Amino acid sequence: MDVRPRELAPISLTVNGNVHELEVEPRWLLCDVLRHQLGLTGTHVGCEHGVCGCCTVLIDGRPARSCLMFAVTADGADIRTVEGLARGDGKLHPLQTAFRRHHGLQCGFCTPGFLMAALPIYRRAGALSDDELREALGGQLCRCTGYVGIVAAVRAAAEIEAGDSAP
Amino acid sequence: MFGERVERREDLRLLTGGGRYTDDFEHDAAQAAFVRSEHAHARVLDVDVTGALEVDGVLGVYTHEDLTGGFAAPLPLLVPHEGIVRPRTQYALAAEEVCYAGETIVMVVATDRYVAEDAAGRIRVSYEPLEAIVDLARAADAGATVAHAGAPDNIAGRVSEEKGDVDGALANAPHVFEWRFEIERSASTPMEGRAVVARYDERDGMLMVYDSTQAPTGIRGGLAALFGVDLERVQVLAPDVGGGFGVKVMQFYPEEVLIPWAARRLGTPVKWTEDRREHFIGSNHERKQIHHVRVGCDDDGRILAFETRFVHDSGAYCPYGLIVPVITSAQLPGPYKLENYRYEFRAVYTNTVSTSPYRGAGRPQGAFVMERTLDRLARELALDPVDVRRRNLIQPDEFPYEVGVTFQDGGPTVYDSGDYPRGLELLLDAVGYAGFAAERERAAAEGRRLGLGLGCYVEGTGIGPYEGAAINVMGDGTVTVAIGLSTQGQAHETVFAQIAADELGVDVERVQVSTGDTRRIGYGVGTFASRSAGVAGNAVKRAARSVRHQAQEFAARLLEAAVDDIELADGAARVKGSPQSAIPLGRLALVANPLRYAYGAEATEAAVFARKAYSSGEAPLHEDATPGLNAVEYYSPRSGVFGFGMHAAIVEIDPDTCNLLVRRYVIVHDCGRVINPLVVDGQVQGGFAQGLGGAFFERIVYDDTGQIQNASFMDFLIPYATEVPAPELHHTETPSPSNELGVKGVGEAGAIAVPAVIANAVADALERPIDSMPLSPLQLFDMLHPDGNGR
Repeated sequence: MDVRPRELAPISLTVNGNVHELEVEPRWLLCDVLRHQLGLTGTHVGCEHGVCGCCTVLIDGRPARSCLMFAVTADGADIRTVEGLARGDGKLHPLQTAFRRHHGLQCGFCTPGFLMAALPIYRRAGALSDDELREALGGQLCRCTGYVGIVAAVRAAAEIEAGDSAP
Repeated sequence: MFGERVERREDLRLLTGGGRYTDDFEHDAAQAAFVRSEHAHARVLDVDVTGALEVDGVLGVYTHEDLTGGFAAPLPLLVPHEGIVRPRTQYALAAEEVCYAGETIVMVVATDRYVAEDAAGRIRVSYEPLEAIVDLARAADAGATVAHAGAPDNIAGRVSEEKGDVDGALANAPHVFEWRFEIERSASTPMEGRAVVARYDERDGMLMVYDSTQAPTGIRGGLAALFGVDLERVQVLAPDVGGGFGVKVMQFYPEEVLIPWAARRLGTPVKWTEDRREHFIGSNHERKQIHHVRVGCDDDGRILAFETRFVHDSGAYCPYGLIVPVITSAQLPGPYKLENYRYEFRAVYTNTVSTSPYRGAGRPQGAFVMERTLDRLARELALDPVDVRRRNLIQPDEFPYEVGVTFQDGGPTVYDSGDYPRGLELLLDAVGYAGFAAERERAAAEGRRLGLGLGCYVEGTGIGPYEGAAINVMGDGTVTVAIGLSTQGQAHETVFAQIAADELGVDVERVQVSTGDTRRIGYGVGTFASRSAGVAGNAVKRAARSVRHQAQEFAARLLEAAVDDIELADGAARVKGSPQSAIPLGRLALVANPLRYAYGAEATEAAVFARKAYSSGEAPLHEDATPGLNAVEYYSPRSGVFGFGMHAAIVEIDPDTCNLLVRRYVIVHDCGRVINPLVVDGQVQGGFAQGLGGAFFERIVYDDTGQIQNASFMDFLIPYATEVPAPELHHTETPSPSNELGVKGVGEAGAIAVPAVIANAVADALERPIDSMPLSPLQLFDMLHPDGNGR
């Protein structure tokens, strides 16, 4: 396919359950489209080279760096961002509650990435050793917390969830 | 609420994607990109921008020649000092000479960042490369290559100071040692880079700037002066800031001047968001120093004289003056009594990114030098390093303690309070010092090398000049608190709410704190130097007390009671012991502001209430009354307040990978009275992680030509969760007698001792001296194979 940098291409993204028909330049990063075309600024950009993990979103259920993907390559994908984490009634997701309770965030910039990276694993956290859990979170950088609160929060989230759904 | 583990108020926003960082504003703004010098040192011969102008979507391309007046002058020197020999700051856009790779030369503004970078890529800069000087030790020599063409040498400034008689004491000391210590260049690297958005409205002449800065009020004042307009015509908001650690307090970086300039010139909002590469080459670094120490002591390890002569890497310019080496000099003695102490430093220009404070701000260097000196002399004299420390510690009955040299604020360094021996004993207990020798032996029998290291520090915090707080009670009982400080994650919206809630007898959930918005309070200094709790905390206390007095006086009048008999509790003012007399604070605020009550149930109730209350025919307000319940108060501390801590690490060196394994890390920490333990723990844990980065992972590496070799997170290794163990925390609380809350700062504390402690622990494990930091697996490999075999 002949790609011209500034020619707009039509794509369709499902983000947090909403379908968006968009026209994007083929070079636009997915993170930029989420942030600046859709206004979903909860996804942050910390390095633009795939190391810090601030821009992590779920693409078809799996955590991925939205700074390492062009929006056109995500055409047709089902994307979940931090804005889609809390329930519709405004109640925090158990992971969010856990991060608050365990002081898993300070400046908050890496936080959405950590939440999305932890989302597929927090229910299994109880079965993981400390090393294993840290390894599982080892794709995300935080410069503020020293990770103590983050690790504790991911470990606690499943229990909070169980408590939430108890009668 | 003071002292309670209150969950953070700001979290709800930040956890749900509702945080607002600078790049989250003005999606439709034009965007800037910069052409930065490729050379560490060069003359700029020509800038050809024609290619850029041809790009569709470009709105403007600017070089130094386009700037006039103050915009064409060198950027300000933030902290002047009489020791500065040749002050140098850069131009917003380079004029004739560039002095570091990364220096801004051209600004392109276009419809979006992609287009701006397209255009920037088509700009041709012709350079005449000049020889660059990068090596700090060589740069300080007479006759060295100069970082600035035509300069006689590279000395930016020099300062020396002496307490007692160092030469005399050294001459009489039974033991004198000389050592060289070096600490490498590093950087804050917050997860959010810098960013600036500016919007100019020519109809009312208002300039609105969003800036990821630690000091919005200073940015506002500077911009107003630069544009030659009233302060009221410029407003600056530091919204949510994604980490700072020092690098975001500069006043001014070039972009902070140029983006507002472009917004006014183009009449359209303009945004610049730093990318990570730009951050490494265009935002300040810190840490690099080389110390030459002479220390004299007696047979028991009591220090009789201490001298350090050191060089500090200023980088290409000295926008922040000499503050980092000044802090190193004042804080190097730490908790130890140095009766005879002399320092002498030179700040030296090199063709590298300029340096300015990074969390710890000169203290990690000082602590490294002091703590390694203590361990080395203990080893030379075959003494227990703990005993050496015990013998040199300042004792609890010696406060206030005069260190005898000048503090960073220009006054004397006087420690307000502390109990260092208690902290040290608590640490030794916690880490199991007494049993460690046996543990070390057992490990050695298994072929494992364990080491234990200690380190102590004192941190001057809470420096002036001042901070303020504006408090206002809303009609619904909400209390708003505006402080001039920005927040980069320090929980300001929570801890200052706690202070106000206590004073006003309201639930902390009813207090809303706004930070870093000059529209809300025009005077403030900034969030740096671990000063927010100590300075702004006490300002909030004062403002809340003024509001409480207003409420008491007004309620006393309405309830026909004595002022002293009115208490504030449960969100209301009431006569003590008479809950039925309670007037909700919001209603009181409305009644105290006649005719404000137009809408809402509270207003209607207040109106009815007011009619009854004023039925005596009395004027609603006294002649000198303040309407409503609101106050602005400031606090200007006379001097800093000094927190302290003692750290210990037990480390093991992996013989196969030469990786550093931190088996245990114990911290005893004292920041005076703790406002919120959750937050203090988080600050100390985060500081520790950053300190550990500086001990083993992070260093900025330049080659001889002045190119950074690791300007990305792939190569500049911030530790992940896999590298940072959870430290064990213990607190002591020695209140500061200098402010009414008894608090001291905590922001930088955790980071200060870590390189020193890790160095001592590794030196203990390998039984070899360590005189430079950070360490790396390669260095450990070489230390494990001193004969050179194994490579």
